[in-house]
Amino acid sequence: MSYFNADNLETAHEIISRYPRKKSALIPLLHLAQEQEGWVTDDAMRQIAELTDTTPAEVKGTGSFYEMFKFHPVGTYMINVCTNLACQLLGGEELLAHAEETLGIKAGGTTADGMFTIEDVECIAACTEAPCLQVNYRYKLRLTTDDLDQLIDDIRNGRATDIPEHGTLGLVRQHVPADAGAGIVAPEQATERPVWLARNDAVAEGGEG
Amino acid sequence: MPTYDYVPHAPGYVDNDGPKIVTSRFVHEDSHTLERYEATNGYEGLHRALDRTPADVHEEVRDAVVLGRGGAGFPAGVKWGFMPPGKFPYYLVVNGDESEPGTYKDRLLMERDPHQLIEGCLITCYALGLSQCFLYVRGEMPAAQENLAQALNEAYAKGYVGKNIMGTEFSVDITLTWGAGAYIVGEETALIESLEGNRGMPRLKPPFFPAAIGLYGQPTIVNNVETLSNLPWLLVNGSEQYKAHGSEASPGSRMVTVSGHVNRPGVFEIEQGVTTFRDLFYGDNFCRGIRNDNELKMFVPGGGSAPWFFPEQLDLPLEGRTVGAEGSMLGSGAIMVMDETTDAVKAALRLVRFYARESCGKCTPCREGTTWEERILQRILDGEGRPSDIDKLLDIADNISPGPYPVAADPSQGLAAVPFPPKQTTICPLGPSSVAPITSTIRRFRHEYEAKITKRDSIPVMAAPMSSDPVEVG
Ligand SMILES: Cc1cc2nc3c(=O)[nH]c(=O)nc-3n(C[C@H](O)[C@H](O)[C@H](O)COP(=O)(O)O)c2cc1C
Ligand code: SF4
Ligand code: FES
Repeated sequence: MSYFNADNLETAHEIISRYPRKKSALIPLLHLAQEQEGWVTDDAMRQIAELTDTTPAEVKGTGSFYEMFKFHPVGTYMINVCTNLACQLLGGEELLAHAEETLGIKAGGTTADGMFTIEDVECIAACTEAPCLQVNYRYKLRLTTDDLDQLIDDIRNGRATDIPEHGTLGLVRQHVPADAGAGIVAPEQATERPVWLARNDAVAEGGEG
Repeated sequence: MPTYDYVPHAPGYVDNDGPKIVTSRFVHEDSHTLERYEATNGYEGLHRALDRTPADVHEEVRDAVVLGRGGAGFPAGVKWGFMPPGKFPYYLVVNGDESEPGTYKDRLLMERDPHQLIEGCLITCYALGLSQCFLYVRGEMPAAQENLAQALNEAYAKGYVGKNIMGTEFSVDITLTWGAGAYIVGEETALIESLEGNRGMPRLKPPFFPAAIGLYGQPTIVNNVETLSNLPWLLVNGSEQYKAHGSEASPGSRMVTVSGHVNRPGVFEIEQGVTTFRDLFYGDNFCRGIRNDNELKMFVPGGGSAPWFFPEQLDLPLEGRTVGAEGSMLGSGAIMVMDETTDAVKAALRLVRFYARESCGKCTPCREGTTWEERILQRILDGEGRPSDIDKLLDIADNISPGPYPVAADPSQGLAAVPFPPKQTTICPLGPSSVAPITSTIRRFRHEYEAKITKRDSIPVMAAPMSSDPVEVG
């Protein structure tokens, strides 16, 4: 039985075709798996291993290095509060404490209804807009505790329509039409000198000489 | 007179009268679309490049001295020359993993002007004969991923990317890919490991740098997003125009992020090597002073990994070599400003904790050392520090980075600067970076450490009755 649904299986094959070696598709496929279910299941890893000619242990071995992959269910909405220096200087820790208190969980925890997970994260590259956070990696900038209450309320009441469920990142995918590509092959099959470099020879021969 | 300020669709970016080499389109709300790009000289640089020989294009970039904007500041044109001849295929890996604390200019460049980056990649592939380009974006940046995917789809459809680009024999594919949350993957060899589908752990170098042995063992150029975003402008305007900006050693512009206790924090494009820290913090064009007219206490001049500066360093220009000689680095162009109300130990702990969390664990001095540093700083901050802790911190630091660690001069103590870079017992510079906040603050604010160590902030609460039985009263 396929873990990936039909659409995602097609996407998976397309992703694999964009790399000279299948194993390079491992991280993108883990993202695809997480998009389908909100977290990465064992079944998903087994199928990724089959698709990339690796073993499930290799898939988990790679995947477990990376913070964003979750190997157990997490909240539908992941609130990542930045507490790194620039945010700390302007109230990032207070914002985190407020989120913890409001939701009744600590950073790393998930609410009983499976709605929210809170994480205490490192710099999310919006430092001038401190204090800030991401919900499912969508930015919320210069937040007061009141803004945070409002945000949580909006999510609870289905008003946060700009935020997809946990696991979905970029909403647009790369798609290369069948004959628009230059052709992606394994490194062993690409040892020829790229043709346009011949333009250098013409000058070397025909130039001032 | 136009009033320059924040741009709503690019939060954080401040439009001022500075140079506009990479941020020229940021003022347009639709700056990320192909339509806007083509209407504003888009793909003209590639067009000009294709009219010249690849070697000639390489020469133009070498001539302009395009310093790497990812951290190390190495000239791109020189790095490009390090690939062993004839060992095809060659690859291009674009470093969009931006995670250095305090930094976000690459995210804006990817979100707001994705075609400019794509054009920069194409110029590089043409000049060097690269077979494929991998654009590696940080996982936590979905808007950048979306805008780049959209831009690539448009560019493929229009024949700017892929087979027979602009009707020539030049063909190259660009593969968009993204990470999954790991600061260390920004280090170029870890990035390559990650692209190969592995845990993002750095490779030992020297002897082999990616230009010699990189992705799949092939020669690979790794460049930062901002570095490559300079190339379209350069190919249109030429290296002479490029060098008319900035200083002789550091031509062109660069993007800096100023955050923390300033009145108007922001991301600015500035003249490289010319603007001083004082201009940036107090200038009307820039940050407009420290909040509440407070005194400046200290600042991080080049990302979390840079040794700290103090008011004495305010008049230094943002020029790589100058800042290096004065004991720090410009790194990724991230400046974090702290006023007099800041607790030096607490601020140092926050950055050290970052390195402890992000250590990949491959080498012992970093894996163990960063964790010890964090624990000791935490107990000092909690009022549980021991008198030997300051020496212990310096001792652990010396294990990770032996010898005098780079630090700014302190005229009040008659101490000279120790120039950058630090030595390392580790595979990559992450471990040594954890030492910067420690030595910077101990040298300057040792008394703050001692105050926390010799005197508890509060007396611990005593356990009340010895017995757990309820106490009968009366
Ligand atoms: C721990 C560590 C993290 C790094 N993170 C980044 C990063 O996020 N982005 C980046 O461009 N370079 C980063 N670098 C620098 C890269 O290793 C590499 O030097 C750079 O991408 C080369 O591009 P450039 O020459 O165009 O600057 C990092 C280096 C280290 C040691
Ligand atoms: S210094 Fe730290 S992050 Fe770098 S390779 Fe060693 S353990 Fe990994
Ligand atoms: S420190 Fe919080 S976003 Fe950079």
